[in-house]
Amino acid sequence: MRHVIDILDLSTDEIRSLIETAQDVIAHPGDYYGVCGGKKLATLFFEPSTRTRLSFEAAMYELGGNVLSVTGAGTSSASKGESVADTAKVVSCYADIIAMRHPKEGAALVAANNASIPVINAGDGGHCHPTQTLADLLTIRREKGRLGGLNVGLCGDLKFGRTVHSLINALSRYEDVRFVLISPEELKLPSYVKDNVLKPNGIPYSQTASLEEALPELDLLYMTRVQKERFFNEEDYLRLKDSYVLTPDKMKLAGPDMCVLHPLPRVNEISVSIDDDPRACYFKQVLNGKYMRMALILMLLRDAGTIR
Amino acid sequence: MNVDSIQNGLVIDHIAAGHGMTLYNLLGLDSIDVSVALIKNVASRKLGRKDIIKIDADIPVNIDIIGFADPGATVNYIRDGKLVEKRTIDMPETLKNVIRCKNPRCITSCEQELDQLFRLTDRERKIYRCVYCETRWNG
Repeated sequence: MRHVIDILDLSTDEIRSLIETAQDVIAHPGDYYGVCGGKKLATLFFEPSTRTRLSFEAAMYELGGNVLSVTGAGTSSASKGESVADTAKVVSCYADIIAMRHPKEGAALVAANNASIPVINAGDGGHCHPTQTLADLLTIRREKGRLGGLNVGLCGDLKFGRTVHSLINALSRYEDVRFVLISPEELKLPSYVKDNVLKPNGIPYSQTASLEEALPELDLLYMTRVQKERFFNEEDYLRLKDSYVLTPDKMKLAGPDMCVLHPLPRVNEISVSIDDDPRACYFKQVLNGKYMRMALILMLLRDAGTIR
Repeated sequence: MNVDSIQNGLVIDHIAAGHGMTLYNLLGLDSIDVSVALIKNVASRKLGRKDIIKIDADIPVNIDIIGFADPGATVNYIRDGKLVEKRTIDMPETLKNVIRCKNPRCITSCEQELDQLFRLTDRERKIYRCVYCETRWNG
């Protein structure tokens, strides 16, 4: 059974195919309504989410399928102590595909190891968030026309930011990509991402604490929120939460074609006064996420033989 | 110091000096009811100093644990007082229920019945990472 737990579970050919499908969905949405008729997506969200859950559910509805939803550990059997493995086995009896978010890292892998239907990781703690990366990749492809040859700035919480880790994994497979890692000392990119991805693949990267210094050279700026829920100590969160705020003044330092991406939700790291700047692409990212989730659901259900 | 030769069992030799007790604990030798000798700081031509563990019983020993704790060690199998096999040990690609992930955010921290799985991600630097959360094992 095919699952998507990490963005690296998808080859670059498969990502290209997903992007093509998503673009076809955008061009011919009517061709896809009803493709998943009679099929059910279970959205198991044991951690708060608005965008990702609604995006998955909208994607399934637009494919003509139905949705079974669990939101919050408190309203499910998880509150009675049911294991992720048992939950995956039980839900496999009701649904055709699972999208799962869980606060613990590796939870989606445990679900995949025990489910008899495809499992999509919709975020496992600070670890991976592959469908956000698919949204990012479609946005980059549509806005920049390419996935290689990019100077990519990643800014904010690079330590716990699962979207950052997944995006680095994904973009590292394309030619001539460089990364500028912009973060405070305490929120630097974990060594395993550097050791396992950047260094062995010879991907050029630099680290800085200054957003202003990095901005002029970037093709793409990926802003992230400092996530309160990842801190054990509120004092640390309060000290770091306003490390970077992208303002109109700072945007003057950036090139005219630089794209600003953000996985959302934002708190105050991007000033709302930038929203009308043509370089602000984060709301386009939201829409692109739905299209890529549609493409992924189609791919996995076809692979499982659930739909044609 | 005299330690009798063993008749049936195994001798884990060429353990780096100071690592013998770690290996003794990882192998769970403290909880088995057989004769075991842990000899520390033995003079060695190859290593200068080394530790040795002698187990005087034909019991199953997880070789992966030895490879993880000290890939330079050798295992000598003894039958009827004679050496019948000498094995050099390599670092195992995966470890199952040998070490525990210490990341409090890992799924294994709250679901205790899950196997503790680690994968060798860097042989040169001897780095093992949790299969679930990719956290590096730091001892």
